[in-house]
Amino acid sequence: MRSLFANLAKPFTQTAGLARWMLVIGVLLTAFFVVCAVFAPWLAPYGFAQSSSHGTPFPKVAPPSSQHLFGTDRLFFDVLSRTIWGARTALEVVILSIVVCVVVGVPLGIVSGFYGGWLDRILVLIMDALYAFPSFLLAIVFSFLLTGLLGGTVVAVSLSLSVIYVPQYFRVVRNTTLSAKEATYVEAARAIGASDLAIMRRYLFGNVIQSVPVLGTLNAADAILTLAGLGFLGLGIQSTDAAEWGHDLNRALADAGGGVWWTGLYPGLAIVLLVTGLTLVGEGLNETLNPTLRRRRLLPVVMPVREPTTSLPEEQS
Amino acid sequence: MAMDLTDESTVRPPGEPVISARDVRVWYGTTRGAIRAVDGVSFDIAPGETLGLVGESGCGKSTLGRGLMGLLPAGAKRDGEVLFRGQDIFSLSSKASYALRGSELGMIFQEPLTRLNPLMRISQHFEETIKQHEPGLSKDEIRDRALEVLRLMGIPPTRYKSYPHEFSGGMRQRLMIALALVLRPAFVVADEPTTALDVLVEAQIVQILNDLRSNFSTSLLLITHNVGIVAEACDRVAVMYAGRIVEQGKVGDVFKNPQHPYTRALLRSTISLSTTGLHFIEGAPPDLVDPPDGCRFHPRCPEAMNVCATKNPVNVERAGGGRVECWLAGPEQDIPTGGKQPLKQEELTVADEA
Amino acid sequence: MSRAGSGSLPRYIFQRIVLVIPMIWVILTLVFFVLRVAPGDPVSAALGSKVSPQALANARERLGFNRPLIAQYWDYLSSVAHGDLGTTFSDNQPVLRVVRDNGGATLSLTLAAFVIALAVGIPLGLLAGRYRDSVADVVIRMFGIVSYAAPIFFVGYLLQLYVARPLGLPTSGAAGPFTVLDVHPKTHILLIDVFLTGNGADIQDVLRHLVLPAVTLGLLICGVFIRLVRVNMLTTMQADYVEAAEARGIQRGKVTWRHAFRNALVPVITVIGLQFALLLGGAVLTETTFNWPGLGQKLVYYINNRDYGAVQGIVTVFAIAVVLISLLVDIVNALIDPRVRF
Repeated sequence: MRSLFANLAKPFTQTAGLARWMLVIGVLLTAFFVVCAVFAPWLAPYGFAQSSSHGTPFPKVAPPSSQHLFGTDRLFFDVLSRTIWGARTALEVVILSIVVCVVVGVPLGIVSGFYGGWLDRILVLIMDALYAFPSFLLAIVFSFLLTGLLGGTVVAVSLSLSVIYVPQYFRVVRNTTLSAKEATYVEAARAIGASDLAIMRRYLFGNVIQSVPVLGTLNAADAILTLAGLGFLGLGIQSTDAAEWGHDLNRALADAGGGVWWTGLYPGLAIVLLVTGLTLVGEGLNETLNPTLRRRRLLPVVMPVREPTTSLPEEQS
Repeated sequence: MAMDLTDESTVRPPGEPVISARDVRVWYGTTRGAIRAVDGVSFDIAPGETLGLVGESGCGKSTLGRGLMGLLPAGAKRDGEVLFRGQDIFSLSSKASYALRGSELGMIFQEPLTRLNPLMRISQHFEETIKQHEPGLSKDEIRDRALEVLRLMGIPPTRYKSYPHEFSGGMRQRLMIALALVLRPAFVVADEPTTALDVLVEAQIVQILNDLRSNFSTSLLLITHNVGIVAEACDRVAVMYAGRIVEQGKVGDVFKNPQHPYTRALLRSTISLSTTGLHFIEGAPPDLVDPPDGCRFHPRCPEAMNVCATKNPVNVERAGGGRVECWLAGPEQDIPTGGKQPLKQEELTVADEA
Repeated sequence: MSRAGSGSLPRYIFQRIVLVIPMIWVILTLVFFVLRVAPGDPVSAALGSKVSPQALANARERLGFNRPLIAQYWDYLSSVAHGDLGTTFSDNQPVLRVVRDNGGATLSLTLAAFVIALAVGIPLGLLAGRYRDSVADVVIRMFGIVSYAAPIFFVGYLLQLYVARPLGLPTSGAAGPFTVLDVHPKTHILLIDVFLTGNGADIQDVLRHLVLPAVTLGLLICGVFIRLVRVNMLTTMQADYVEAAEARGIQRGKVTWRHAFRNALVPVITVIGLQFALLLGGAVLTETTFNWPGLGQKLVYYINNRDYGAVQGIVTVFAIAVVLISLLVDIVNALIDPRVRF
């Protein structure tokens, strides 16, 4: 357990100057939004689809005021509340999609790497093709299909995102499996008659699972942008189902001509800050894990003053 | 046929060394503390002389070579005095010392495969180097100079426009040597030039290094862990251990009459056709962040005495010329009473992986 | 082992082209099956509920939906091979015509954005890598991160609010109404066609319309280039041949430029091809934000109409474009890096 904490702390203790600052800021930003997401019902002054309070309807497209700190939009919603609730939506979608990615991608990667053969070849071909495809287009296509099936819900959008990212998990896990399965302890396990399932479960899984968290962090940043993009196009979550920053920006764009800045600025800023935070964490972790890029904190060298040694006995040339 | 390429500027009156190092220290900064890779090294190299610097991995020989050239990583610090033709290169401004590189001080590295820019032709490498230090030369003059030195290395002019990846490892090392020598520097450091090469190629390179003395009259510091090469290509040898030179002198003499126990152990562990049993030195080199008190070799020395664990040995002149740093060689008057008793050694644990 | 001169470049190109074909086939198969897998009836979804059942049945027959799946698949593949991308369901146009009319706008937007991204991103990445951990490095890196984190539509939104009006730049469409009337669609790429007219006012109009969308999209991608070039610079600066050059006393500036930077760029060129996929995705969002009449906007339109035929055709075009661009990039890479051909 202590080694786990030591490992978690390594990015902080072993990096110097800037890399550490970036990591700290990133973690703070991310934590801020996680707090917003978790405590949204208590933090947000109103509900995300609430257009009136105590019987009085909210004003339409009203600039920021004491009752509505971030103003209201054209659907009579309070912008501050929608922004805070949006954090919850974002996190829900991203976490769900990563969970699906892991649940699908990791076993597929292990099985594919372990057995090889035609199954492996087919899977690799499919995954590579998915990977090569412009990811946003893929997201559009899948959300187009899935929203037809499931409606514009969190689940539908999460699944669309999962489709884009599964190939990355598959690839990483498969490569790790390929190298791990050559290990001698795997050979030994086979020799004593362990079943394939047992080998995969006990030996390969532990090895393979280590690369997942880093991938997850990097994916999360991208996933939030993709989610917002889908929302902007109207393909994601609808306004009344949940608060989603991208969708709010879509409505805000139409108001931009009239000089209305508050409906779009806050959701947009939220996206920028959260994605920046996640990216900083990802970059910071990357700097730590990649030795060539790491800038260690070197202790300065202090040499004691040199005492002149006895003179060199002369050489005879 | 050896061409004598010396000219007035590289000839020095006999007896005045090209390089004169005194108390050189090179310490690395790390997260744990300072590594004392080179901790008080002194030597001289005469014009046209080859000094072999030999020792185990991690003894600091590579660091010394790089320290002389100024090619140290961030956080490293060097100290001491190195007179190059009478001028202390350690106290020069970084600009001035940078200007010496290539034209006065040259370096031959260990891994030839990665030392040439893969996107540049060989001709471009030479043009760049020569133009940097002698900007007035015409393109033809540059080409002639390059081809001349390449010929001495056995590389035909038809390959002048090729890319580095079109050459084998041995040829690339010869290219590196040619590049290092094209401006006729007075002093060259060769850091394990043959370690990455196979035996046959190694022999060719050693021959080239041998001929350096007559062809170019360059002084060479040849860093290697291969004692055989030292015997073939060097005039004098310095044996290094844990950041200090424990013995130096003429090659023939040191190898025939090694006076330091480490030198003896090193020579004994060399394998040749007459080897019947394998010898190795027990234990591992010390931690250079916190070296042992007294003589650094004493934990592994079969002949260690009590004084070796407490007092640093001093340099004494050897019989046969040169120096040795060992209490076994004296001076007697500095050894306290009881100091000459054999030291009780702790059981040496198996060496960790280096 | 050692071979004088460069050779077999044509052979390398041929090999790469041959490898592209299975990739395209897999993508086409994916596109086909993914769209067929969706539940619900694509035909009625496209044509709406106001159409009589008989008309629906006719449409279904005409569009080939009654045939077995494998037959439909084969039809699809063979028509793509002949350059026929099908017909849209909702407005009954050949998809190829849609691509022809709108592809030019997407192309000019994407290329302009690409150029901006390169022109901004590469020098900044070089600076950041060379002067690591300096103030410049920090600022540049933060700029790169934030520019990527800011969604295109948000940047577009901000630009429309605060930059467009003061600078008098248009925020919608690719050209004003009069310009559109003036220009004859010769190449179907507005940017080229307007230059062909030689009319200064028209050219200016088109360019002014291009500025905001191209800058928006370009800034998004430049963050990626900054990061790429910077990381490659850091690695290259530590390369053995860089140290060897310093050991020969080569001037620092020359070492940076000739040894570090050029070598750092080589892997970047490969990745540039991959970024094109990113650009295409971004194009869809940019076109929607700025009402730019490109293929991306059309895609969104057809998606909202649930027009499977159109979506299938346009997505096919995008996918093939990506594959071809990456092929092109590989060939350029081979031209630049002499090691690749062996």
